[in-house]
Amino acid sequence: MTRPPADGHRPLAIEARGLVKRFDDTLAVDGVDISVPEGAIYGILGPNGAGKTTTLRMLLGIIDPDEGVRRVFGNDRPHEVAKLIGYLPEERGLYPAMKCDDAIAFMGAVRGLPLVEGKARGRELLEGHGMGHAIDRQIRQLSKGMAQTVQLLGTLVHRPKLVVLDEPFSGLDAINQGKLETMIRELALGGTTVIFSTHVIHHAERLCDEVAIIAGGKVPYAGSVDVARDRIPAQVRLETRTGEGLWCSALPADTRHDVKASGSHFWYFPVPESGIEALLKPLIEGEAGILSLSIERAGLHDAFVEIAGEAAARALREGSAEGTGQ
Amino acid sequence: MSDTTRLSLFEAARVVARRDFHAILFSRAFFFFLLGPLFPIIIGAMAGGIGGQVQRDANTRLVAVAMSEPDAQAMVEARARLAPQIGMALPELGIASSAEKPEAILREKGRNYIAVVSGTPGEPQLTGPQDSIDFWRGPIALIAAEARTGTVASFPAVRENPVETSVAAQRTDRIRTAQAGQLLLFLLMMLLAGMVLSNLVEEKANKVIEVLAAAIPMDAVFLGKLVAMLGVSFVGIAVWAVAGGAIALLAGNALPQLPEPALGWPLFIAFGIVYFAMGYLLLGSLFLTIGGMAATVREVQTMSMPVTMAQLLVFFLAASAITSPGSPLEIGAAMFPLSSPFAMLARAAQSEALWPHILALAWQALCVILFVRFGAMIFRRRVMKSGKGGRARKPRFGRARSA
Repeated sequence: MTRPPADGHRPLAIEARGLVKRFDDTLAVDGVDISVPEGAIYGILGPNGAGKTTTLRMLLGIIDPDEGVRRVFGNDRPHEVAKLIGYLPEERGLYPAMKCDDAIAFMGAVRGLPLVEGKARGRELLEGHGMGHAIDRQIRQLSKGMAQTVQLLGTLVHRPKLVVLDEPFSGLDAINQGKLETMIRELALGGTTVIFSTHVIHHAERLCDEVAIIAGGKVPYAGSVDVARDRIPAQVRLETRTGEGLWCSALPADTRHDVKASGSHFWYFPVPESGIEALLKPLIEGEAGILSLSIERAGLHDAFVEIAGEAAARALREGSAEGTGQ
Repeated sequence: MSDTTRLSLFEAARVVARRDFHAILFSRAFFFFLLGPLFPIIIGAMAGGIGGQVQRDANTRLVAVAMSEPDAQAMVEARARLAPQIGMALPELGIASSAEKPEAILREKGRNYIAVVSGTPGEPQLTGPQDSIDFWRGPIALIAAEARTGTVASFPAVRENPVETSVAAQRTDRIRTAQAGQLLLFLLMMLLAGMVLSNLVEEKANKVIEVLAAAIPMDAVFLGKLVAMLGVSFVGIAVWAVAGGAIALLAGNALPQLPEPALGWPLFIAFGIVYFAMGYLLLGSLFLTIGGMAATVREVQTMSMPVTMAQLLVFFLAASAITSPGSPLEIGAAMFPLSSPFAMLARAAQSEALWPHILALAWQALCVILFVRFGAMIFRRRVMKSGKGGRARKPRFGRARSA
């Protein structure tokens, strides 16, 4: 098994080049390239219907691409390294009549973990996640959130080196979303590669080292979150007491002006190439009445709009609202 | 965990089979599966009883004698004299009024005559539908001749020299055994294939299938499911065998006995089990393919109906070939994968040769592998096209239509 290095440093857990998938006359994925370094938290970000799940399924070998290649830990047949992978599908699925520890053990068993060991680990995991009382309960007796936790634990029971989570936050309340974020960070700290798909930008922004932005079946951007954000210049946010004066002419031409109900004036503009020091003098001498001044780095959402376009961003926002029940 | 990075096909199939086996064995479905054979027996007994009653009510052997009283009496007595020799070939006779026209007697409700014999024993006249006249002309003439002479015919005593069997009798007997074996095989296979189908549909409804598909090859999922159900069926067969054995012990000779098959009972039963396993695996893999393609229970029912009908035809093909071993029809039935187990079991009842069975089993095993692989391929192609529901979705924007 060969491990192609990523940019000469970290080997790649996943590498995909030119993945294409058609369903009948529908082009679901159109030439996706992805490189996920080992140990990274990697997000696949895109609106519903963008091709996230199809991409993940191709990466895992559930379906084969029509064109292109994918390698997981250097192997172009993902099932060959199945024991190293944990997968949580978007549509959660457990046998309703199974007990929680049996369900976790079974999910480990299909990844090569002996049942007895899986059951013991399952009990440990359930107790460790505050579900010790539910060990002997059947899945059908659990709440949706609890069942989702059981499935997540089943995904991790065999201690995989690569964890693939398809929309892991959907259906979880805020508290459980927080717990899941913590769990993902802990996995990465332990050296596990985590790749997850989401249509909620905040999760990707908070968690990921790298993201692939997917829209219309294509990946217009794949790389570091920081680099994505740096594509948009940092913004200056200035709050003044007055809205008129000679000092206004010192502001850049593309400044956006907003007046709040409190009477404060807000001014937004990109950080000038010469810096903001040169602006301070006319503002002070012109008695603009500076209330606050900050330089704000662009968020991932702004980067997404820049990269994928307004239509994709709108679809993403709609999806997020649906997903969070807003 | 072993050193390899994946489970082998058989290890993976074993994990699936073990889960399914336990789940089915401790389910209500298995209880009904155990009761399954009772239903055809009960329905058969009821249908037989009803059929007998209808037959008795219909009585198509009753012929009215509309002659003068002495002639009618002579006809009845003649029939009584002939009955010990050729009883089954003779009609039953009922005396009707000679004053009535035969057509009126036949039209009379509640008397149920199939024909009327009138005139005299010397010149009998048979009235009735043409097919009844054709059927009863000879026996009525015989009775009339006996009635006309009025003498008691003496029949020579036939000395009996019984032998165990004749070629013709043996062949007829073994056909009965072959038919019984085929019918049992068919009922069991249909029962099980239906169960394995609903099992897969349930799996899809539970959404577990994607977890499995990501971890192990779909061939292993199919194989595991088939083997699990086969294991369940063997448990069921063991239970039925114990129950059947107990009933046989209690009933003794009261139960109908099947003639011994050509290969002897132990080998015939062994082949029966192996052919059942092969037949079930073949049909089960077909049904699994259907289950893989269907999204809902309704779709499963719609799609499995043609296969069930086709299987019925295949069964009839194999059943009709029983009487002509070695004919092109029988060889065709033995070669066509889905009818092969039926045809070969019939062979085991009728022929002592062993090599065709070895050949057939190898062929059937190859077909099982091909069917399972084909089913898994179709499943992978048709299912998991998109994030939800296994269907490509309408686009939200741009070119991408599915996630």
